[in-house]
Amino acid sequence: MTFLEGQAERQGIAIGASGDTRVRSASPAAHPATVATSEETPIKMTARKLSVFYGEKQALFDVSLDIPDRQIMAFIGPSGCGKSTFLRSLNRMNDTIAGCTMTGEVMVDGINIYDRVVDVVELRRRIGMVFQKPNPFPKSIYDNVAYGPRIHGLASSKEELDEIVQTCLARTGLLDEVSTRLHEPGTSLSGGQQQRLCIARAIAVSPDIILMDEPCSALDPIATARVEELMQELQKNYTIVIVTHNMQQAARVSQRTAFFHLGTLVEWGMTEQIFTSPVDDRTQGYITGRYG
Amino acid sequence: MNYLTTTLVLLGLIALAFTLGRRRAPVRDATWVKTASHASPGYYGAYVALWCGLPCLILFLAWIALAPTVIDSLIVGTLPEQITAGKSSSELSLVKSQIHSLAAGQAFGEPDPALSEAAARYTEFEQVSRMALFVVILSLAILTTLFARSHIRQHFRARVYVERITTGILIACSTVAIVTTIGIVVSLLFESSRFFAAVPVHEFLFGLNWEPQIPIREGQVAATGAFGAIPVFVGTFVVSTVAMTISVPLGLMAAIYMSEYASRDFRKAAKPVLEILAGIPTIVYGFFAVLTIAPWMTEMGAKLGIGVAPNSAIAAGFVMGIMITPFISSLSDDALTAVPNSLRDGAAALGATQAETIRQVLLPAALPGIMGGVLLAVSRAIGETMIVVMAAGIAANLTLNPLEPVTTVTVQIVTLLIGDSSFDNPKTLAAFALGLVLFIMTLGINIVALQITRKYREKYE
Repeated sequence: MTFLEGQAERQGIAIGASGDTRVRSASPAAHPATVATSEETPIKMTARKLSVFYGEKQALFDVSLDIPDRQIMAFIGPSGCGKSTFLRSLNRMNDTIAGCTMTGEVMVDGINIYDRVVDVVELRRRIGMVFQKPNPFPKSIYDNVAYGPRIHGLASSKEELDEIVQTCLARTGLLDEVSTRLHEPGTSLSGGQQQRLCIARAIAVSPDIILMDEPCSALDPIATARVEELMQELQKNYTIVIVTHNMQQAARVSQRTAFFHLGTLVEWGMTEQIFTSPVDDRTQGYITGRYG
Repeated sequence: MNYLTTTLVLLGLIALAFTLGRRRAPVRDATWVKTASHASPGYYGAYVALWCGLPCLILFLAWIALAPTVIDSLIVGTLPEQITAGKSSSELSLVKSQIHSLAAGQAFGEPDPALSEAAARYTEFEQVSRMALFVVILSLAILTTLFARSHIRQHFRARVYVERITTGILIACSTVAIVTTIGIVVSLLFESSRFFAAVPVHEFLFGLNWEPQIPIREGQVAATGAFGAIPVFVGTFVVSTVAMTISVPLGLMAAIYMSEYASRDFRKAAKPVLEILAGIPTIVYGFFAVLTIAPWMTEMGAKLGIGVAPNSAIAAGFVMGIMITPFISSLSDDALTAVPNSLRDGAAALGATQAETIRQVLLPAALPGIMGGVLLAVSRAIGETMIVVMAAGIAANLTLNPLEPVTTVTVQIVTLLIGDSSFDNPKTLAAFALGLVLFIMTLGINIVALQITRKYREKYE
């Protein structure tokens, strides 16, 4: 049983028949649009005692956290608190950083993604990522979205590829804006459009999970609102983890929130609870703006 | 009083002028824009120093350029009638150089007493000229310094003037490059037109026979010469193609390894070593080509049953390809490294393998830089002479077979200009015509490549 199993059937059926009873198999369409404020929500990802080091320096200390399936979880905390590091360790993007090592484990659907049998390339297809600064490839809008499906052979014909590109652009609300100029460079779009293009590119390979690293920090309020709307929409089919500096954003979009401070996970739980009655003084201090 | 002393004194004066100007700078009063001085004290110093230095520098250069001519004409004017009478200007210049060498203390045989006298006078004039220059420069520097210093007052806009003068100097510098280029092109055109007066253009451009001999004496048989440039250009093409076939894959692969796969330490160590390849003198590559590669290729050819000439385009092209590899690898490496990491992350986050990322994202994004490296390599290949002379020979064969000896444009230019020959026969003038066509070709390659780059480049910003 590897994490990679079931690639073919991934649209409909989840993979996690690995004995973890909390993992639920359901097709995206059948899944309720908004779920759960209760603890019965199935868990998609689990981090256990995760520590990350950059060379000698430890950036993350024994983080253990559950990420619910098909919900939005927000990571908040002051700069340098390790939330981005944690996010990047969820799809092994930290592998690309020289001198970065880690201990502990990250389970997705019951499989440790740091296990030797896991193919990191396939892993990253299933766990997509959207970055702080929009990073469209220097290609046309169409080719940006088609890039992932092409390299993974997700489309068997030109028509099918067109279909995927259209669908993904439509889901991000970009199709109407760019339908006449699909073959212009993606870099010619505005910042907000570029970010939505990157999201369309990410969902084009139909991942299970989308990690977003401060996706709105380079955008203006209107573009931010559009991306937030999009996240609400995507949440029906995808598990979303977002790192944000903007506490209002975390409160607006997420069901769960985790607060990081100096490389440790201070507190996590239902968003409402974190923002209204935090347990820890540090969380209280951060959300009321005493530091950060 | 020699030029060195004058220069040193002038430099001292400039420094002094700077200090004077600086001291003179109005007190800065930052309380209100209107009453504040317009620049920091350094600008006032620079303003006075420029006034002190620039006119003197111009005068200095003009003096050095003109003084010898003036002195010469003065000396010639004092020469006795019987020496100058009825002499053409070239004969007069011979007399002048005789005087110069006498003045420098080099006498051959028993010099004419009139000439010795002239030489003595020449030395004397030269001393006077230097002395005069010193005095004039000194007074000019003092005058301009005082002048500049006198009109510094509270609202004097020193920074604006200094920046204006600096811009002027920058413009002058860039003009030098442009004027030089234009000068070279014009002289090429001029000399080529003289060549084309002797040999028809179509014969030169489309002739299939290159035998640039001319009769040494009147009526010599079998030495009419043929100036068909096609074999020479085909030779250049063959050698360059062999070189590029070797160097483009080699350089590109090396660059990809260096920028994407190699560890930082390896890259740090290997890159300079690779770049040393470009620093080896081409004559050394020539030895290597003619003493090692060419015999080896002949031998290998013999084993395989292919006849490889001892002088062959393939040996020259092979060694040249190795030589120009660093241009491609180094510039491609820089271009790949300059592609932002966000694109690598973006591709990785979509589940692209490293190879897919390189092929489909990084190489297109780095294309302009890679093209730049390839272009530089092409122009090096076309312009390379030494390796070809040694390894490919000078026989102008019209062939596309890289196993045969060929010759290139640059090699022919060298052979045409070597030896005693005047610049009024087609043989030497042909060198200019070859140079002109070569220039137009490389220009064409550059323009085409620029267009390609512009069309296919994928801007990542």
